[in-house]
Amino acid sequence: MAGPEIKAPAFREYPTIPKLQPASMAGIKSYVASEKIQEAIGFPAKLDENWQVTHDKAIAKMGELLGKYRGLKVFMDSCVHCGACTDKCHYFIGTGDPKNMPVARQELMRSVYRRYFTLPGKLFPRLVGARDLTKDVLDEWFTYYWQCSECRRCSVFCPYGIDTAEVTMAGREILDSVGYGQKYSNEIIGKVHKIGNNLGLPGPALENTLEGLEEDVKEETGADVKYPLDVHGAEVLLVTPSADFFAEPHIESLIGYGKVFHAAGISWTLSTKASEAGNFGMFIGNYDQLRKIAMRIREAALELGVKRIVVGECGHAWRAAYAFWNTLTGIGAGANDPFSIELQKQLDPNYKQPSHICEVTWDLIRQGRLKFDKSANDHRIITFHDSCNVARASRMGDYPGGQFDIPRNIVKAVANNFVEMDVATVRERTFCCGGGGGGSTSMASISWRRFVRSAKRSFPRFCPITVSTCAWSVVCIN
Amino acid sequence: MTAASYFFAILFYAATALFVVGLIYKIADFARTPAPLLIPTTPAPMTTGGVVFRMFREVALFESLFKSNLWIWAFGWMFHMGLFLVLARHLRYFTEPVWFWVELIQPFGLYGGFAMAAGLGGLWARRFLLERIRYISTPSDHLMLALLLGIAVTGLSMKFLMHTDIVLVKTFFLGLMRFELQPLPQHPGLYLHLALVAILMIIFPISKLLHAPGIFFSPTRNQADNPREARHVAPWAAELDSK
Ligand code: HEM
Ligand code: HEM
Ligand code: SF4
Ligand code: SF4
Repeated sequence: MAGPEIKAPAFREYPTIPKLQPASMAGIKSYVASEKIQEAIGFPAKLDENWQVTHDKAIAKMGELLGKYRGLKVFMDSCVHCGACTDKCHYFIGTGDPKNMPVARQELMRSVYRRYFTLPGKLFPRLVGARDLTKDVLDEWFTYYWQCSECRRCSVFCPYGIDTAEVTMAGREILDSVGYGQKYSNEIIGKVHKIGNNLGLPGPALENTLEGLEEDVKEETGADVKYPLDVHGAEVLLVTPSADFFAEPHIESLIGYGKVFHAAGISWTLSTKASEAGNFGMFIGNYDQLRKIAMRIREAALELGVKRIVVGECGHAWRAAYAFWNTLTGIGAGANDPFSIELQKQLDPNYKQPSHICEVTWDLIRQGRLKFDKSANDHRIITFHDSCNVARASRMGDYPGGQFDIPRNIVKAVANNFVEMDVATVRERTFCCGGGGGGSTSMASISWRRFVRSAKRSFPRFCPITVSTCAWSVVCIN
Repeated sequence: MTAASYFFAILFYAATALFVVGLIYKIADFARTPAPLLIPTTPAPMTTGGVVFRMFREVALFESLFKSNLWIWAFGWMFHMGLFLVLARHLRYFTEPVWFWVELIQPFGLYGGFAMAAGLGGLWARRFLLERIRYISTPSDHLMLALLLGIAVTGLSMKFLMHTDIVLVKTFFLGLMRFELQPLPQHPGLYLHLALVAILMIIFPISKLLHAPGIFFSPTRNQADNPREARHVAPWAAELDSK
């Protein structure tokens, strides 16, 4: 992506809050989706020639969202500009651009909200920082709402829990609704609907990859580990991010899942239809897309007749699965409506639906069904990076905070040299890797490189192996 | 009966009406708007009881703010607790006989006035001194602090510099509550205090002061973390299931 030369801040022993560098990120803009990409998923192809039309559509959409999402409404009204969140976003720490401060990112929308939806904003716009929606404002939304990874770190620290991720999602939804989409995310959503996964890997390619894997593992370990696809009547349906199917180092994860199920003697399968755990519908804040993408998993589960649904490692995917699948598709428990009961009577109530692969693994370790030679890892120093959406938007296990303990327990069960990072960078305070939220690799490289070098305290300097629970984190941290 | 008595009587009826109607409207609006997805910021309590406890910590102790920034927390908490004591102390103007516990806290309420002013001073200083906070401050943020500081200073000056007849003040307000007009003491400090209070009441439902009811409706704080155990569907989203 063309943009200004970005220099990483020098390493600092003690983190300091950067000086403001207004507009330092104004030139970093995601690619705009083409008309074809937009139309493929039912969004308006492009901005209307007549600005007034776009303006009215955007304001109408904003009104609609304010009526549908209490979070957005409360967040728009409640912020007191206390400033507690200003130094909490990795994009701000890394770039110094004040519009990357969470409150300022919200303010891009709040200023418009005030102007059109509140009395003081209508009467005294200057006084309360309200402004008209202009093309420049819309451009600014596009720039800065695509510089948020929806990681929710700001929400942890706001006294009212104002979640900038929710505002970002609403911003992207409004942009899409007026024909101003982002290429990367909307293209991927198109692929999911057409082919089944984000990377656009068709069924035969998957089959090939999996056969190749089986041979590799056989060569390496001598064991007949299977990587089954579309097997009816398997106990477990495994849904993972599609990166696991071919990209290094993710494929190691997939190899590992297979080994775990093999060792525990659990029959499992992948699905061509549901060959993607990631849900970009969430990133663009579009409920219909979020739901449609999640429905593929429900359909695959019903078709294959599986008893359990297990999700592979991916931060935002786990959020979508854990927090939203039950609502969207009935994958879960406790339903009393026919739509959900149809699925829930098929699923085994003795297991959490869906389960995270770490929950499954930790259960097996506790039952003694998986055994490890810990000393094989003695040459490694290992730490754990909590992925943002696992840490702040989901749970594992039976108690709040299980999402922090279970992965650590697993690492400790397989290796002796576990070290913890600085307390300000772990658990719910963890920094986002910069890869999620649909801004993706472009943002990741900017933010993470700049940021990691400035806030490096989060990684012990003796360069350990960093284990994470998110596919993107793995790319970004590497 | 002075013209000022009429003026303040009308002002307070109007301000009270706008305050009550505006606030009820906003609260009803918050309550009516669905939250279609479960979005508590985790780790979050898994039961309603746990949510009540979390909310209590947020409202009484500003827990998240404490984790986030000790300076804002210290000034902000001092201001709000001071405000709370002052408001409780003020109940004596509106109750006859004065409730027992209001009697009890009278001396503390006085410290509350100072705490409130000091906290507001600290918060305001931050808006000038810190680059980041200067950047996000709007003129209305400054005016809001000026307004509250004005109320505190006029109140404290009535207490310590130029006394007013608080028995007459009480008679005036008890009178308003029974719809009969009583004379208000002629006192510029009091006039200013009351005018500023009326402005505060009027802007409350249309400004960022909505954070007070807002926090109770914030889904990241008021939802229980149980999405796998219970199905959570908003009415507009439930319709999609039958399609
Ligand atoms: C449920 C009750 C309330 C809660 C939980 C609450 C909480 C908070 C918190 C956490 C802050 C941010 C920190 C700070 O700047 O102090 C804040 C700011 C503020 N609150 Fe409240 N508040 C409540 C009620 C009120 C009321 C009744 C008023 C006024 C009459 C008020 C006026 C303010 C003002 C003016 C600020 C902004 C201070 C600044 O400009 O920095 N609050 N509140
Ligand atoms: C209609 C409502 C109100 C009336 C009639 C009223 C009246 C008074 C009076 C007569 C005093 C002097 C007390 C004395 O001499 O002992 C006073 C003090 C004070 N008032 Fe008010 N006031 C009202 C509302 C408020 C509000 C809403 C606030 C805060 C936001 C406030 C803050 C203060 C403070 C800080 C003091 C000084 C400390 C104290 O005496 O408690 N007042 N008020
Ligand atoms: S959600 Fe994350 S990326 Fe977005 S503003 Fe908040 S801290 Fe920054
Ligand atoms: S911490 Fe919350 S209330 Fe304070 S400025 Fe940030 S978003 Fe606004």
